[in-house]
Amino acid sequence: MSSASDSSFTGSTLVKRGLADMLRGGVIMDVVNPEQAKIAEDAGAVAVMALERVPADIRRDGGVARMSDPEMIQEIQATVTIPVMAKARIGHFAEAQILQALNVDYIDESEVLTPADEENHIDKWAFTVPFVCGATNLGEALRRIGEGACMIRSKGEAGTGNVVEAVRHLRTINAQMRRLHSADASELYALAKDLQAPLPLVREVAELGHLPVPMFCAGGISTPADASLVLQLGAEAVFVGSGIFKSDDPVRMARAIVEATTHFEDAGVVAKVSTGLGAAMKGFETASLETRLAERGW
Amino acid sequence: MPRVGVLALQGDVREHEAAFVELGVDVRRVRTAAHLDDVDALVIPGGESTAIAHLLDTSGLRSEIGTRLGSGLAIFGTCAGLILVARDVLDGRVDQWSFGVLDVSVRRNGYGRQIASFETELEVHGVGNVHGVFIRAPKIEAIGDDVVVLASHDHGGGTHPVLVRQGRVWGCSFHPELTNDRRVQRLFVESI
Repeated sequence: MSSASDSSFTGSTLVKRGLADMLRGGVIMDVVNPEQAKIAEDAGAVAVMALERVPADIRRDGGVARMSDPEMIQEIQATVTIPVMAKARIGHFAEAQILQALNVDYIDESEVLTPADEENHIDKWAFTVPFVCGATNLGEALRRIGEGACMIRSKGEAGTGNVVEAVRHLRTINAQMRRLHSADASELYALAKDLQAPLPLVREVAELGHLPVPMFCAGGISTPADASLVLQLGAEAVFVGSGIFKSDDPVRMARAIVEATTHFEDAGVVAKVSTGLGAAMKGFETASLETRLAERGW
Repeated sequence: MPRVGVLALQGDVREHEAAFVELGVDVRRVRTAAHLDDVDALVIPGGESTAIAHLLDTSGLRSEIGTRLGSGLAIFGTCAGLILVARDVLDGRVDQWSFGVLDVSVRRNGYGRQIASFETELEVHGVGNVHGVFIRAPKIEAIGDDVVVLASHDHGGGTHPVLVRQGRVWGCSFHPELTNDRRVQRLFVESI
């Protein structure tokens, strides 16, 4: 009844996308130190994103934002039992190689950091560790999947506490997927051209009616109601960055967003966890921003 | 045909649900204690065991499932679900709890972090060759006398059980729901 391990293999698309499947219905929280990572895990986070500054602080401080110090990532890995993700700059495959060497569970090729290559994203097929990438529309999502991304997060405007961009991009991706799903097979060539996306992936979405990888949502989610909103709009899980640790009561906010993500269709539960939470992060009007992070990546 | 509930708090609920629907089983998602009323079996899906445990507590399902386990509720626990039914959890959080109804000792992420996640061929007793998908999988380190081993795997460093049952409680290290093969789930359904 035992089987030899010589038939085993790692790094397949199935195990890479599979981990994303396991995170569905959950909350992935940005943390900057082991203490925050512990709070996130205690609150029921499915994973943490280890980074040196949450997006709100990157926005405030300016300068070049890079991959986190490996020491900080390792401290967080030693603290929690849930998956640990970390960010590499767009196109910075050397940072990604380091993150893989550190054994992180998912790499986020992220527009929140300063892009390292203005033309090419990382060739993600070259890695054993899976990647998540952001997208503002379906073409961008399919280009990232074509490069090997195993999870897509719709982009919001990170660090603003404002959900408006997340909603815009989710609705855009959904509308474009519906268009493909209802299209005649002979229309897919022109639609692929319009989307600037690989034809085989366009065909796959046309058939499935959804992306071939899980679609999560990130950027600007800062209340339980925000989480419920984006899940009802089709996101399968949420990334919460500044929204938790920039709020008045991070422990309660973290727990409340976890509850609201699971019970997003039950307004009674969302109302209950939203009650007496204290102030959410202050946030920004996106029209007043100097830097639009979502516009990074192409 | 039995009615099967799929615990729908977090994880790959859709794939588990689809697998049992394909077998012609009456399936429902279980998110509250009331949803548990008329199911004969409960599937605890893959996901993050700490998150699912937290949500079992806050939803009131923890005590309800505990009660139903006392009166013969069948369970199929996959990956995180295996951890949640195991008697003993190694390398878990200090406050990690489980239903403790399957007499096995499991090590969380016992096969390593994501970079070590793997696919392999398994021989399942009563089924034959099955493709096994292991994702940050828990490793069964020890089993009690009443536990029947249905499949094992040697990933270097010795053979470990990967599919076991003890009466009506099943535990699985890998993810049969992520392939198109329904024979493992069928074996479970036939046993309910």
